[in-house]
Amino acid sequence: MALTIKKVEHLAILSRLTLTDEEKESFARQMSDILEYADKLNQLDTENIEPMVYILPALNVFREDEVIPSTPREELLANASVAEDGYFKVPKIL
Amino acid sequence: MNREYEIVVGLEVHVELKTKTKIFCSCSTEFGAEPNTQVCPGCAGFPGTLPVLNRKVVEYGIKTGLALNCEIAEMSRFDRKNYFYPDLPKAYQISQFYMPICKNGYLDIEVDGAKKRIGITRAHLEEDAGKLVHQGTITSTEYSLVDLNRGGMGLLEIVSEPDIRSAQEARAYLEKLRAVLLFAGVSDCKMQEGSLRCDANVSVRPRGQKELGTRVEIKNLNSFRALEKSIEYEASRQINAIEDGEELFQETRTWDEEKQVTRAMRSKEDAEDYRYFPDPDLAPVYVSQEWIAEVSASMPELPDQARQRLVNDCGLPDYDASILTLTPATLKFFDEAVTEYNQPKIVSNWIMGELNRLLNVNNMEIEDSRLVPGEMVKLLKLIDAGTISGKIAKTVFEEMFSTGKEPEQIIKEKGLVQISDEDTLKAMIDDIVAANPKVVEDYKNGKEKAFGFFVGQLMKATRGQANPAIVNKLLQERLSRE
Ligand SMILES: [Zn+2]
Repeated sequence: MALTIKKVEHLAILSRLTLTDEEKESFARQMSDILEYADKLNQLDTENIEPMVYILPALNVFREDEVIPSTPREELLANASVAEDGYFKVPKIL
Repeated sequence: MNREYEIVVGLEVHVELKTKTKIFCSCSTEFGAEPNTQVCPGCAGFPGTLPVLNRKVVEYGIKTGLALNCEIAEMSRFDRKNYFYPDLPKAYQISQFYMPICKNGYLDIEVDGAKKRIGITRAHLEEDAGKLVHQGTITSTEYSLVDLNRGGMGLLEIVSEPDIRSAQEARAYLEKLRAVLLFAGVSDCKMQEGSLRCDANVSVRPRGQKELGTRVEIKNLNSFRALEKSIEYEASRQINAIEDGEELFQETRTWDEEKQVTRAMRSKEDAEDYRYFPDPDLAPVYVSQEWIAEVSASMPELPDQARQRLVNDCGLPDYDASILTLTPATLKFFDEAVTEYNQPKIVSNWIMGELNRLLNVNNMEIEDSRLVPGEMVKLLKLIDAGTISGKIAKTVFEEMFSTGKEPEQIIKEKGLVQISDEDTLKAMIDDIVAANPKVVEDYKNGKEKAFGFFVGQLMKATRGQANPAIVNKLLQERLSRE
């Protein structure tokens, strides 16, 4: 398997997910399969090819520094699961 | 500090760019607005929104790079730095990780007259995060409140080489950097408001050792004093640990202002792993030679140039010039005053002396003061005309500073006009001499102090308003007749 259980646990921490032992097993297997499939690309010879980051040739897509009114606060906070005193309210993070 | 060890410091400085709008959306960047009133779906991280880069942010990046003697990258681009935190609604920060806009610059600093060049590794553009507000104390509250007004504001992160060797050098670097950014006009650099923030990477090593020691990053340094104190504390902590045979490990610590110590911040579980990758939503940035030339042509006078000018053209001592060029507002005050009153050294003395003293006492910046250069010039002219003495002028100046009133008005209201009338003074001198025959004897017996006694008595009688030059003259005449 390309992906160890340890790696899955690390990814789970980064993603703020709690996984059961069975889930870790099955994700390790599934993600390994995905990686192995994608690994086929390594069979191609890319020796002299510049890595492509963007699919479009665009450069310098800018806007001018002019203020457009922001979203009314009630509308913005309507999407929050909990809001209080004009703020988004979240569990304490230290 | 143990002298067998050398302190090695590098600074990471974040400055908020003084653009009208955020880096990737058109929300206002105005400071002090009600929470979450300068937020749109873009900077709130709503799905389906797309970032569009603010041209001015790039321009300020180029400008800062040029002011810091950097190479400006022809091509730069933005990456995503992935992490979860409630002040970061997209769960990634857009930042120039792989291809920063500026690199390989330097800043010349001075500590106790010794000049030193500090390398600048890179300066890159990124977006700021929102602000977390804790209700009650951080330990007792169950919730945090999130204000996204600051989220998405354009930042420049300026990273120095580990060339700094003491807390004083670190302070000198940050002060100089602030001066350059203020003169270039790219940020208002207010540490209290968070538009200038500093993290310090600190390590120690035995003198003579080539390789660097284990590096600790100190966060939450929001004053020059905190920067200096935290480096001193952290260096001693590390030296003590080494001396005690403890192992140091690379970690992030925070500066505890109240206890004046650094404290460990994160658990090891949160080991940094940001999985940077290029942001496909943003096109790369190409900076042509023409653009660089254009920005370069618009560059205002920078602190070192201004300092040179004050020494060469105004004949000021280098020390005065270095103080007057700490902020553009101070320099502007000086320049305006000198335009109306061509005695640079006198103007400089008043700014560095009385004005700076009053600003310090009141914890103010020169631009917040009600005193304008033209009014100070009026005061200086009143001294020259003999209307008030230099000593009284200080009282008047303080009143001008706190009330913003004109000097003439204050002098009139308080009855501070200098007494230069010879007949009035002569009569007073006669009285004092007559009342103190014993001191007159002392004077005749060559006691220097006796003369000062009479001057003092006269000043007391006139509440300091007697013209000192005339008093000296008249007193000498009077005593010579005894
Ligand atoms: Zn916005």
